[in-house]
Formats: sequence, C-alpha cells, structure tokens
Amino acid sequence: MSQLLEVSGISVSFDGFKAINNLSFSIGHAEMRAIIGPNGAGKTTFMDIVTGKTKPDEGSVLWGDLSRNLIGMNEAKIARIGIGRKFQRPTVFEDQSVFDNLMIAVRNDRSPIAVLFFRPKAKDIAKVHELADTIGLTDELARKSGELSHGQKQWLEIGMLLAQDPKLLLVDEPAAGMTLGEREHTTDILKEAAKTRAVVVIEHDMEFIRRLNCKVTVLHEGSVLAEGSLDHVTKNQGVIDVYLGR
Amino acid sequence: MNNSFFMKNPSLLVFLGLLALFTLGVTLMSEAYGSGLVSTSFVKTLGKTLCLALVAIAMDLVWGYTGILSLGHFAFFGVGGYMIGMWLMYARTEIIVVNSLASSPIPATASEISDAIGSQIFGVVGSSDFPAIWMFADSLILQLMMVVLVPGLVALVFGWLAFRSRVTGVYLSILTQAMTLALSLYLFQNDSGLRGNNGLSGLQNLPGADDIPQSVMSIWFLWASALALALTYIATSFVVSGKFGSVIRGIRDDEARVRFLGYSVEGYKLFVFVLTAIMAAIGGALYYPQAGIINPAEIAPIASIYLAVWVAIGGRGRIYGAVIGAVVVSLVSTWFTGGQAPNINLGFYEVKWVDWWQVLLGLSFVLVTLFAPKGIGGLVDVFTGRFSPNRKGAPLGPDAGSLREEEAEK
Repeated sequence: MSQLLEVSGISVSFDGFKAINNLSFSIGHAEMRAIIGPNGAGKTTFMDIVTGKTKPDEGSVLWGDLSRNLIGMNEAKIARIGIGRKFQRPTVFEDQSVFDNLMIAVRNDRSPIAVLFFRPKAKDIAKVHELADTIGLTDELARKSGELSHGQKQWLEIGMLLAQDPKLLLVDEPAAGMTLGEREHTTDILKEAAKTRAVVVIEHDMEFIRRLNCKVTVLHEGSVLAEGSLDHVTKNQGVIDVYLGR
Repeated sequence: MNNSFFMKNPSLLVFLGLLALFTLGVTLMSEAYGSGLVSTSFVKTLGKTLCLALVAIAMDLVWGYTGILSLGHFAFFGVGGYMIGMWLMYARTEIIVVNSLASSPIPATASEISDAIGSQIFGVVGSSDFPAIWMFADSLILQLMMVVLVPGLVALVFGWLAFRSRVTGVYLSILTQAMTLALSLYLFQNDSGLRGNNGLSGLQNLPGADDIPQSVMSIWFLWASALALALTYIATSFVVSGKFGSVIRGIRDDEARVRFLGYSVEGYKLFVFVLTAIMAAIGGALYYPQAGIINPAEIAPIASIYLAVWVAIGGRGRIYGAVIGAVVVSLVSTWFTGGQAPNINLGFYEVKWVDWWQVLLGLSFVLVTLFAPKGIGGLVDVFTGRFSPNRKGAPLGPDAGSLREEEAEK
C-alpha cells in the first residue's frame, strides 16, 4: 500500500546533541496516529523536519504518490502541498476576528497579487461557516479571536488547518490546558478529520489518546521505541521503563 | 466593491472631505487666487507637509501594518526627489544655455549645447561631463519613470536579500539604516554624478514656466500634493482592508503562523516594501520641487528615524494616524524652529526653542510610547466610542486562558 508520508532514516543534531537519531515513520492516506514520548524525545523536532522548519542532516522525507522529497522545500510550499501544522501554544491572529482568521486559511491562491484583489465568493463564505460549525464557533465569528478562551483558540487553530484542506494534519498537544468537555469535543473534531485525511497527534495525555483509539508511535531519544495499539505499546517493557514507569 | 469598501474604511470619506476643504480653503486664502491671507511660502510649507503625510502613510503601511520597522524609507523619498530634480535642472539649464548661445554669430552645435549644459550643472564639482546616470535627464517621461523604477529596484534588491535571509526585527532596522547611510555618503561624493553636497538646486523654477509666478505655482503643487495624498490614502485603504490586510497584519503579529498557512511571508514583505518605497518616492518627487533644493543631507539616517517618530506619535496601524503624526509634528516643528515660538527667559537661562525643540520632540516621543501607544490617532477612538472593553480587570473571554484586559489595550 502506498503511503502518504514516508520518513526514513532521518537524523539531526543540534550542537552535538542528537535530537533525532535514525528515525523512520510512515502514515497512510486516511489514518490517525498518535505520537507519545517523554520530554526531549524529539516529537516537536520531528514535526519541524516534516514541515520544513528544520533541515535534517541525513535521511529522506517522501510525500504522496509521486514520492516528492520534502527536504529543501520552504515551509510555505510544504503547507501549500497539503501539510497543516498546529502549534503547541494556540497561535491565532488575536487582533482579527474569528471570521478573518478562517478566511485567511481557506484554500485559495496564496500569491500576493491574487490576495490583494481577492474578494470572498459565496463558496468561501459558506466554507467559513461550515468550518465554524465543525469547531463550534459559529456564534463567535464576529468576535476578535484574542477574546476567545484557550480551548476555543485551540479549536480555531484546528479550524484554520482544516480550512487549508490539508492531506496531512500535524497537531501538537491539542488538548493541553483543556477542560474535560473541551477535550471530548477536540477528540471528535480530530476523529472526524481523520476520516478523510491523515492526522498525526502529539500528546502526553494517555486518556486523550485512548479516546482517539488509534495506532501509537512511541519516541524515545530521537528514535522509534515501539509502535502499535495503545494496549500493545503500554505492555512493551522498554516503553514502561522510559516513559510510563516514571 | 464600492459599498463594502467605504463601509470598511469609514475614515476614508471623512479624510477625503477634510483634505478637499483644506486645499480649497488654502487656495481661497492664497496670494494667487484669494485674499492673500496665507503667504506663498506658507502655501509651500503646507504643500510639503502633504507630501510628508504621504510618505508617513507609506511608513505606516510597512511598519504599522506589516511590522517591518524600516528606518530607510526617507532614502526612497530623497531618491524620488533626485530623480525629478535631474530633469528640472537639466531642462531649465538647457533653456538658459540655448538662449544665451542663440545670440552668438555662429549657431551652436548639439555637442556645444550639451557641453555648455554640462559645465553649467557640474561646474560646482569641477567637472563638465555628463555622468551615465543623467542619460535620461533630457526626457520628462523617462525621468518620471525613473522616479518609480529606481527606488523600486533598490527596494526590490535590498528587500530580496534581507527578507530571503529572514532578517527581522531590530536587525532589519539596522540594515535599513546602514543602507540609508551608505546612500547618503555616496551622494556626498563629488564624483557620484549628482553634484555632491551641493545637491540639485533651483528646482522651484519649472522649465518653460518663467512667466508663472511662484504664488500660482505653489497652489498648483499644493493641489498636486493633495491629489497624490488622496490617491495614496485610497490605495492604502484598499490594500489593508481586504484579505491582503489580514495577511500582513498576521505577519506583523505571528510570522510563523502565516508561513505555515502556506503564505510566502518573504514575498509579502517584499511586495509591501517595494510598494511603500515607490509611494515614498512619489512623495519625494512632489516635495522637492516645492522645497527648491535637494542635497544628500536630506537622506541622512536621522530623517528616516523622524519618519518613524511621526508615525508613532500619530498612531501606528491606522492610516489617518500617520497623516496626523506627520502633519502635526512637522508643522509644530516648523513653528518652533522657524523662530516664531517665543523664547522663555528663566533669568539664569534662556530657553531657545530652536535648540530645545529636539528635546521636546524626543520627550513627547517617549511619553507617547509609554502612556499613549495608540498615538494621537487614538483620540478618535474616544470619540467614536471604540474603547477597549472595560471588564474591571476580569478576563475578556469566558475563562482564564483568554486575552486579559490589559493585553487587549493595544
């Protein structure tokens, strides 16, 4: 089966510290995957490499059916070919309304000239309303996003990712700082998204991952320690030693 | 577009109305067309002030909206002035030379005329040859194109190099200052081809318009400056009101987020940088014919810093803020430095405003930054009732993670 993203044998070191060490990872077209690991295991660095922020010292990152190499492409180009990324801290444009935040993200021509003369068409506005409905922010569309609660900002950011219509969503700790009710809603949004695209979730919270009910990859010291269902990896002695046992 | 465009820019119609009233009022009070209440030199000052407001809008677009603190936009203003000054000087000298040679018994050849113009213009720097950069000076059309093309290309090359290397923040500001300093030092040299520290002079005399008195000319330039300012205001409103405005404000607030949404942040910055450089150059091309002279001191780094001060005092991130800042500060500065402000005698020391104005300006900049970050333009919010929400210190949103009141006050 052809994979959507195939990362093989990447390594990267910062000032001698090997953040990623011969890591290989792959994910299919409509798959949900959780990545767990202790602090410093290389989870965020892994995302940085896939999204083009960090260049690996070696290895390859192949994308899609044509197996295009993502290494050397800039962030904006990688985002345009279909990889959306959510940061750990919710990052939305706080000075602008929820509507404008979503409208920036809706998939359209991104070149300056096209954007300068852009006027939202009916389908763009419909798309924004549909997304707002998905993330439960329909009533907040006119508000400045800076006024939203932490959880709502997280959803807004996920909504912005969905608006780009990406083939792969990379989500860094979506449930951090959320209440129980908010977590459940977040799980629903992500599960729904994973029906049509690949979703990679980095998370610390085991309960949250259990609710996602998906394959889990455990990272440790920059490489894959174990992979499989949550029950499978939690029984793995290595995982217990480095992560769960602490 | 029209309906929603004016809805989105409520300040636009008000501004255009005030500008029209102002221009008409000055015309009716001028020496040429009205009661003569406003002197010709003050009409020129007002016309120049409108050009400064224009370049302030450009600065607001690049700094207030896009977040690039360029301390080099006055260099583009100066380059625009130089470009139009070259034609003004060449064409006027040509008329004088042709007239004086016409009385000679043998008709002068083209090369004799050219040499005579050259020695007239470059005599002050001990040369008489035309440097290559004066190639198009004999054509108004070409030289007008140079007003746009030269600063545009300089901004394009400089911006491309700087933004591509992801130079941001204070480092970019320093880089733009370095560019400005380098340009002004280059122009100070006699062999730069632009008459060194003499600069270009006599620009207030339009070639072939000797019969038209300066009092009439000053009103024409006032109208031209007002028109350019109005067009700049409309164009900038258009740029910042749509999705493009959303993107550049996004770049100002969170560059990485915009990048990961698939926008080429560098491309946008370059676009805005070049666009505002061209705006600044057009302002300069209208300013210096009114000032009458341009020399490298105009491009000195401090001028670009003043520009940032105007925008900060007027209010960043709102177009009328930039206009208010430029108009208020430059007119007040004219009043103080023109010797019109009465000196204060403290007995042991006499406060001479010509010297102390700089201190006052610096102090007001510090005070505005500390106590009124919205600038003078922020007063408009008081009248329109757009206060920051007052929740008595409680978070603005439903829970503890949302924006706090003190954070929202920007």
